[in-house]
Amino acid sequence: MSLAELPLLFALIGLVLYTVLGGADFGAGFWQLTAGRGSNAERIREYAHHAIGPVWEANHVWLIFVLTVVWTAYPVAFGSIASTLSAPLFLAAIGIILRGTAYALYSGVQTAREGRRIDTVFALSSILTPFALGTMVGGIASYRVPVGNAQGNPVSSWLNPTSILLGALAVAVAAFLSSAYLSADAHRQGDAGLEQQFRWRALGAGVVSGAVALAGLAVVRIDSPTIYHGLTSGAGLVAVICSALAGLATLALVGLHRFGPARYTAPLAVAAIIAGWALAQRPDFLPGLTITQAAAPRATLIAVTVAVLAGAVLLFPALALLFQLQLRGRFDPGPPAAPGGHTGPPPDRRPGKPRLYAIAAGGCLLAGFGLLTIADAGWAHAAGVICLLAAIAFGVPATAPTTLADT
Amino acid sequence: MSSSDYLVAARQMQALSFAVHIPLVCFGIAFPAIILFVEWLWLRTGDELYWTLARRWSRVLVALFAVGVVTGTILSFEMGLLWPGFTGTFGSVFGLGFAIEGFSFFAEAIFAGIYVYGWGRLSPRAHFAAGIPMAVAGFTGSLTVISVNGWMNHPTGFTMRDGQVVEVRPVEALFGNSYFWHELLHMYLAGYMVTGFLLAGAYAVGRLRGRWGRYERTALAIPLTIAALAAPVQILVGDWAARAVATAQPVKLAALEGLGTSTAGAPVHLLGWYTHGEVHYGIAIPRLLSLLASHNPSAVVPGLDSVPADSVPPVNVVRIAFQLMVGVGSLLAALGVVFLIFQARRHRLPKTRWFYRALVAAGPLAVLALLAGWTTTEVGRQPWVVYGVMRTAEAVTGAGGIPVGYAVLALVYIGVVAAVIWILRRLASTPLAPLDTPPARTMTGLR
Repeated sequence: MSLAELPLLFALIGLVLYTVLGGADFGAGFWQLTAGRGSNAERIREYAHHAIGPVWEANHVWLIFVLTVVWTAYPVAFGSIASTLSAPLFLAAIGIILRGTAYALYSGVQTAREGRRIDTVFALSSILTPFALGTMVGGIASYRVPVGNAQGNPVSSWLNPTSILLGALAVAVAAFLSSAYLSADAHRQGDAGLEQQFRWRALGAGVVSGAVALAGLAVVRIDSPTIYHGLTSGAGLVAVICSALAGLATLALVGLHRFGPARYTAPLAVAAIIAGWALAQRPDFLPGLTITQAAAPRATLIAVTVAVLAGAVLLFPALALLFQLQLRGRFDPGPPAAPGGHTGPPPDRRPGKPRLYAIAAGGCLLAGFGLLTIADAGWAHAAGVICLLAAIAFGVPATAPTTLADT
Repeated sequence: MSSSDYLVAARQMQALSFAVHIPLVCFGIAFPAIILFVEWLWLRTGDELYWTLARRWSRVLVALFAVGVVTGTILSFEMGLLWPGFTGTFGSVFGLGFAIEGFSFFAEAIFAGIYVYGWGRLSPRAHFAAGIPMAVAGFTGSLTVISVNGWMNHPTGFTMRDGQVVEVRPVEALFGNSYFWHELLHMYLAGYMVTGFLLAGAYAVGRLRGRWGRYERTALAIPLTIAALAAPVQILVGDWAARAVATAQPVKLAALEGLGTSTAGAPVHLLGWYTHGEVHYGIAIPRLLSLLASHNPSAVVPGLDSVPADSVPPVNVVRIAFQLMVGVGSLLAALGVVFLIFQARRHRLPKTRWFYRALVAAGPLAVLALLAGWTTTEVGRQPWVVYGVMRTAEAVTGAGGIPVGYAVLALVYIGVVAAVIWILRRLASTPLAPLDTPPARTMTGLR
């Protein structure tokens, strides 16, 4: 692996995580849409919301990560893909807006009727987005995205057999992942009824995903022979077999109520198939453009690599903390602990020394004015900015907003 | 149809996407820090009111943040959907800023999740600690995005050869660029003004309708104080920004002021309309522009005639947006100063209804000034996407259907704005979940 390929590896890892984590959210929307009516359906809908709550936003940032890494490290390829495949990209965007808005709205829902309305409108977007993103992958994998600004066919680049199949696969995998995770959550919370319902859904969606994937191989064989050849020989074949085994193992584990290990085999199946695609297409990025040719100048590749590695060092512990809190049930329903303490102003509160703070704030403001507005040197401007920020900081205790409320 | 036929639609679609996203960014910048300040007050005083206030505000934060995530995702899509020529050519130079921004966004999303869902479920100290990275990431995220905007206005850190970018120095381009500091500070203060005035305005509405307990007074006084302090400082920072524009982008300055020809001792015009190379019906203040831009009342200020006509931005759009920003910003600063003086003399909140009516107007006005400011800098950069290097017409997509996409996005965003108003009203009217578990506070060490 060369430096030119390293950022692509990061982007593919991001794509795997987005498929697994963001996909689980879209899948939850799928089950909300298909829940039907009645009190049992309400429970399923309600439950699907709870499971994605605290981690929703983090899950969706993965897509932004993938986009930014690709356009920084492979700008020409990004421009070509986004312009030729602008239609599915736009559809995915609309779906993402609707889904995110639904998430924001749900915290204000008061009646089941309101919840159902919001769900029905927005769950459609949970199918639209993974389908559209899947068709984009299909367009790239079947070599239908030439280099250049909108040089490909705006319709057949994403409405072709490979694309439609991968779009359907993305929807099915999302439904599978979310039902497996929701079943595991219900298991943890001791709700046997919901666990059972989501377990059956997981098994059904898993079988469908496997069937679509198998059908996919047949379609790809006719529609995109280069990828088919890559997937059926060498490292690509190993990846496909890994994916199939991991998928079967996940089905078996869910069937046996062993949700812990299933949490890890499910992403493995996704990761293996994405790796298979990458290996099958390597070294090509787009027709007539290899990964090395597409790569940005060396200084940019180094900067991106350093930024991603440094970011990972900071983020993965934080992400682990979030998931740990979520999976250990720290965010599960139940009233939060009251803070204790008293209400009303404490008897011993003194106003502090607002006068002194006011003098400090005024002094800093004057100094800031002199250094930033009158003086011309760069260092003076820097010092002036610091003075002005200090003036604001001193201004808060000088104004003592909390004492205003007591009057 | 050639790609430039879609240029106007693409620019409007981009502008619409920014207009919806940027007010939410203000909340991403300022709201976590304000909420943390209120939680800190709780830790310090043990007064349950602050706990309730911080918790309620954090519910608003998570709803606004969710909409901010998706509208921000749309902006990153549009980098490819609308401007593949720009991203394809210069992605290697500016992309790093967005890659780092992605991590900031990530940190903010992770810790917002822990913070908002962790009320009463984490120890008070751990909960407060989880808020700190959220507030820091709110700042660093805007820093990296504005570093890209600073680079677009003042491109450095690369060499062009035969239309290809060579010898890229991305870190220097973004963070060694002297041009972005004033933009960063200007936007940062704008974030506090927008958030502060909108929050205070919401409780001012309550005051006018008779809701005026200690809780409401606290919820009004804290954001109002912050916005009132930021607003006058913003004028000084804005003046600094204008001087930086005068140095690096003289044509943009000439458009801001409607200066048709290069002039020694150039005046500033208030109001008026720019036609035929000069401002008509405006109020001229002699020599002020030369004084402000160069600290010398007889200095020569380059006019729009210093560049070919096809390199001049749409003057009236830029000029009106600029005057709107300055005018509204000055009104807000005056409101802030009035409040601060009143507080210094009387040590209480004003009683007159007019003050609260003004506060109700101040929030939307702050958003107006924010959007006018971004219009000033972004339309003022035209016809360039990368100032002096690449024209916006060269950056636009060749894909068809941009007007259709624009129409669909406009409809969707009308729905999103309606949804945000609905959820904010709903959150304001619904009480928090009841708290029936016994007190579990171990705060003695923090007093």
